[in-house]
Amino acid sequence: MLSYETILTTCTYCGCGCGILLEVLDGRIIGTLPQKDHTITQGGLCIKGWNVHQFIYDQGRLKRPLVKRDGKFTETTWEEAIEEVATKLNRIKEEYGPDSICGLTSARCTNEENYIFQKWMRAVIGTNNVDHCARL
Amino acid sequence: MLDENIVSAILGLKLSHGHPIPFLFTKSSELGKWVFDESVRYPLTKILIKIAQKYPDQKIGVVVRGCDERSLIELFKNYQLQKDKVIAIGIPCSQDLANRCRCERPFPSEIEDGEFAKPVEDYSDIEEVEKLPEQERFLYWMSQFGKCIKCYGCRNICPACFCPSCTLEDENLIKPGGMPPEIPIFHLHKAYHMADRCIDCGLCEEACPMGIPVRRLYRKVKKAVKDLFGYIPGENEDEKGPLEFLGDGSYELPGTGK
Repeated sequence: MLSYETILTTCTYCGCGCGILLEVLDGRIIGTLPQKDHTITQGGLCIKGWNVHQFIYDQGRLKRPLVKRDGKFTETTWEEAIEEVATKLNRIKEEYGPDSICGLTSARCTNEENYIFQKWMRAVIGTNNVDHCARL
Repeated sequence: MLDENIVSAILGLKLSHGHPIPFLFTKSSELGKWVFDESVRYPLTKILIKIAQKYPDQKIGVVVRGCDERSLIELFKNYQLQKDKVIAIGIPCSQDLANRCRCERPFPSEIEDGEFAKPVEDYSDIEEVEKLPEQERFLYWMSQFGKCIKCYGCRNICPACFCPSCTLEDENLIKPGGMPPEIPIFHLHKAYHMADRCIDCGLCEEACPMGIPVRRLYRKVKKAVKDLFGYIPGENEDEKGPLEFLGDGSYELPGTGK
């Protein structure tokens, strides 16, 4: 059925967080437009922002966690993946101490998620080794 | 219009979280969110191409200002939209906006409501650069082009740009990779292509995150085409652009109108 709308959102590519509109034709995202009245970005975008919709339906997009078994990545459940990571992190922490672990977060997460992550690194792992790609 | 089935839908702006954003109204009950904010301009006619490609048989209404109507004429001429499938709903711009835009035709041919603003003929932006000595003028443009981050925003937003393969991405003409893009060739290619197609809406300049005065450049080439051939893009539907006569037919692109 004929339907076209634009969805007001924020570009996820970097920490700038430019205002974008995702164009949705019949429930499928077909393009990106800059948000013309955004206070900061005022209708400007970089090349990544203009193409931000493209990864959504990309064939190569990871939809499930992968774990390396016998040298090959295989799909697994989130429970198993988290279990695997937690076990290994615990082992490294016991063997070499918390400062042997470093956490790198992403500009593509929200401010709140990044806050939780640094809190988790400091309070749970016990290290100040936290960094973020948008700090560059 | 929607209730009487004159059109299947109307493309306009709706208020969402306090922001006017493009929306296709298909039911009259949705029109409560209809908004017209003249300071927020989106390329509605260009959006219409995407909708018309999927629904070539539907008759769709679209809100147009003077510049949007000129782009519609260019899009009909270049077979991107079918004239009998589009109903233009004309809205005039205020005198204040017309002055700011230096708009020579700040109203569409027919308006639903409001008053016609006076046309503004003001080329002081071009004259300002033209009076510079040649070397300084060259440096002015080179320093402006040097700011380019190659976002292609000026092309993407342009309601008169619709080619399926773009010259700006042709590696035989413009060397791929690198930042800024190859200057001044990147911008001159665009300017040449806009010479007999630019409807002078200024969306390109608004979309430029680096503040390059691209509209000034396109206005200059548009003026050259006007002075040389007496041709103004977006004015007369039956008149073809002068550069099309020189071409190899590559302008005749597949669209819903062909």
